[in-house]
Amino acid sequence: MADDRQPVRRRDLEAVEIDLLAEGIYDAYGFDFRQYSRPSFRRRVWRRVEAEGLTSISGLLERVLHNPSAMQRLLSDLSVNVSAMFRDPGFFRVFRAKVVPQLRTYPFLRVWNAGCATGEETLSAAILFKEEGLYDRTRIYATDMNDAILDQARSRSYPIAKMQEYTANYIQAGGTRSFSEYYVADGDRVVFQPGLAENIVFAQHNLVTDRSFNEFHVIMCRNVMIYFDRDLQEHVHKLLYESLTPFGVLGLGSRESLEFSGHRDAYEAMDDTERLYRKIA
Amino acid sequence: MRPSGIIAIGASWGGVHAVSAVLAGLPGDLPVPIVIAQHRGEESPTGLAATLGRRTAIRVVEATDKDASQPGHAYLAPPGYHLLVEQGSLSLSTGEPARFSRPSIDVLFDSVAYAYGEEAVGVILTGASDDGAEGLERIHRHGGITVVQEPATAARRTMPDAALAASGAHRILALDEIAPFLVKVCEED
Repeated sequence: MADDRQPVRRRDLEAVEIDLLAEGIYDAYGFDFRQYSRPSFRRRVWRRVEAEGLTSISGLLERVLHNPSAMQRLLSDLSVNVSAMFRDPGFFRVFRAKVVPQLRTYPFLRVWNAGCATGEETLSAAILFKEEGLYDRTRIYATDMNDAILDQARSRSYPIAKMQEYTANYIQAGGTRSFSEYYVADGDRVVFQPGLAENIVFAQHNLVTDRSFNEFHVIMCRNVMIYFDRDLQEHVHKLLYESLTPFGVLGLGSRESLEFSGHRDAYEAMDDTERLYRKIA
Repeated sequence: MRPSGIIAIGASWGGVHAVSAVLAGLPGDLPVPIVIAQHRGEESPTGLAATLGRRTAIRVVEATDKDASQPGHAYLAPPGYHLLVEQGSLSLSTGEPARFSRPSIDVLFDSVAYAYGEEAVGVILTGASDDGAEGLERIHRHGGITVVQEPATAARRTMPDAALAASGAHRILALDEIAPFLVKVCEED
């Protein structure tokens, strides 16, 4: 006998689909987005749904499960951290004034740029270390979960249209040379000097699923954890804490806070406004 | 509106004056939080929260990632970031600008519509852009209340016009009528 009554959903359908997508990706590929901050994750997922010409998140789940290149495209959407060279110039200015003097006391320096994406921040750090005379004894480890994005970072190639903004940032950040000395134009792109990358090691590393791989004097992890929920942020804070030497320095994004972290008391703020913290316990 | 609700305000050109005027009419014990996307340059000074807070009992702060959203507080999208919400908390993103804007009103309003549904109020003020039209339509579609500044009273009418063209609004109000309406909505259940 036919029954006209339809099942009633007990939860928002989209929330169900997002959970399934995150679970499916983890199960099939090992990338763990289950604890990504939902509003941004949802927005990026919808952008990929539309770019693939699909109409639902479950449609995207089917596609990425059966088609690894669709997974790679989604991965790029989810891992691109749109940055700029010397983004937040004040951060780099304070870094020169307050962190560099401490770094001069070490014979060898290890710096970790965690979540380096296309490498703008890594190159900014390399330029700063060069100008401060520290680069020859520094090794910068630049990591990202997305291998394809690391290839872009390795290319040191950026749109020429960005150089005006980057030059202004560089000057505000306390740059001591002419910014154009660092790159050569190539059509509508510029390529930064190979010498800047001499002591940079690009490597795949996933903050969510991988462990600490060294001890660092400086860790820059800026605007990476904003994509994580609070529990995952705490997990990553533990990883970063364990990866810092005593008195090592942690640099965060301008609107990130240590306030919510259980490691809050293990650091002292090095500046009133810029997010630079020294490990003291 | 229940205390579980939220008020979202989007503004662009001329917005500092308009947002300030709306906030000035709201009481410090407003039962819901306010989130604001005001277009601004990435290098714009961070004194905007202080400026907007000067004439109001609402506590105006620039949003920090994962802040809890509290009643009687207004959270301003920082320059160079998108502001998004979940029930009870805020998050930030450095994703690509939307319609050349970061912060983007559409991005904020879309997250508000999804997280708060019927418990959301969206307000579009002055601006020379069509940002916010799509976001306000989302709030409307998810059952929220929509308010657009009367275009003739806006410093720039492009943004209110675009919002009205996209989805209309429950109320089209002059600037000085907006705060009293928001207070009234908060009193109703």
